[in-house]
Amino acid sequence: MEDGRTAVTLASAQDVAYAREAAKRAMTEIGASTVRRTKFVTAVSEIARNAVIYGRGGRIVFEIREQGGVRSVVAECSDRGPGIADVAMALTDGYSTGKGLGRGLGGAKRLVDRFEIRSSETTGTVVILESRAR
Amino acid sequence: MAKEVTTGSVLVEDFDRVLSGWLKVQASENVKRTDLVSAKESEKQSRDLLAALADVAPEAATADGFDLSDAQWAPVREALEEIAENRTERGVSAAEMGWFIASLKQPFFEILHEELGETSAELMREIWSATRIVDQVALYAIETLVQKREAIIERQRGEMTEVSAPVVKIWDRIVTVPLIGTLDSFRAQTVMENLLDAIVQWEAEIAIIDITGVSTVDTLVAQHLLKTASAVRLMGSECVICGISPKIAQTVVNLGVDLPNITTRVDLQSGLAYAFRRIGVAAGER
Ligand SMILES: Nc1ncnc2c1ncn2[C@@H]1O[C@H](COP(=O)(O)OP(=O)(O)OP(=O)(O)O)[C@@H](O)[C@H]1O
Ligand SMILES: [Mg+2]
Repeated sequence: MEDGRTAVTLASAQDVAYAREAAKRAMTEIGASTVRRTKFVTAVSEIARNAVIYGRGGRIVFEIREQGGVRSVVAECSDRGPGIADVAMALTDGYSTGKGLGRGLGGAKRLVDRFEIRSSETTGTVVILESRAR
Repeated sequence: MAKEVTTGSVLVEDFDRVLSGWLKVQASENVKRTDLVSAKESEKQSRDLLAALADVAPEAATADGFDLSDAQWAPVREALEEIAENRTERGVSAAEMGWFIASLKQPFFEILHEELGETSAELMREIWSATRIVDQVALYAIETLVQKREAIIERQRGEMTEVSAPVVKIWDRIVTVPLIGTLDSFRAQTVMENLLDAIVQWEAEIAIIDITGVSTVDTLVAQHLLKTASAVRLMGSECVICGISPKIAQTVVNLGVDLPNITTRVDLQSGLAYAFRRIGVAAGER
């Protein structure tokens, strides 16, 4: 990650693993603890898989930032899917329109320091995840 | 018993038995890929790797938390590099590479079982130590293969998504399956089927799923574990999941996933202790 940015195209289940690898590398690069790293990687796994399953695929970009001497990794995942009609509902534990446990979105939110979601029928879904090194 | 039997001593003193046992498992588990790697090549690679292990492991594997990247493991790494080089060229997948190494557990377990059969506490300790060595070697082999491949096509890292999971009978009525890699692809289904087949074949009462080699437990993996555990239960057996590290435990709690009615243990050793107790073999769980 020479310039601090990596992008992973999300088209298939295999790409989710690739996104996790990239997330892991970025968190290792900023010197995050293994617990923080594991949590972030798991959150990325959830969001990337949602983009593949429900969002007709998309892209996730990782960026390393620094604020007040603390480094962090920001992941922005965007897809071209139908969007989420009721975001609050989708964030509720146990809610799934597919075959999942319905814990991906809510879980991801609890696993990171910053979680943002924007979704509309026309633009698809964008999820931003951020975790600091400490 | 004149001398203490350990994984290390088995490697050195029963070298030929381990090797021939391994080659036999390779053939039966279909991990040989004779279409890609000739039997002769496979035998040479297996022998070289075992010889390197026999040289290094008895000394180096005794320390707790040994690391394959330590200097003393260099001969093993070299043997693995050579095997990975050869197999990358032939197009062997990461999962197949994992199987190839992991199938080494079976002969180890058989010999240890034979030699230590009456003293299950020692057997447990040595099964644990053999597992640690073989798993570390398998992981290193997969990583090396993937790295070599990455040099060829960057995207081949996706191969890591294939999980490698040979089911091994550890004791009468106990089977164990180590998951190495991740479960994104369709292989997750195969793992479950293999495990259920093994339960029937060996009339197993306890199935231990060792997830030490799984780096991320997300909702998909959790769901897979839940499904597998209930299928195992439906067959009248019990499922024990071990290898849940503190960082994974914290993550799973944050995810909000519950693993109800599933016995979990921190590592394979305590998983085995539990299993022995359940089937009435005195080993004592500490
Ligand atoms: N990128 C997306 N585009 C469209 N809909 C989405 C997207 N992400 C999530 N959803 C909707 O939100 C619901 C909840 O998502 P969440 O990840 O929490 O659960 P899940 O994917 O169904 O199951 P799990 O993640 O536990 O395996 C999904 O079932 C789906 O209907
Ligand atoms: Mg999901």
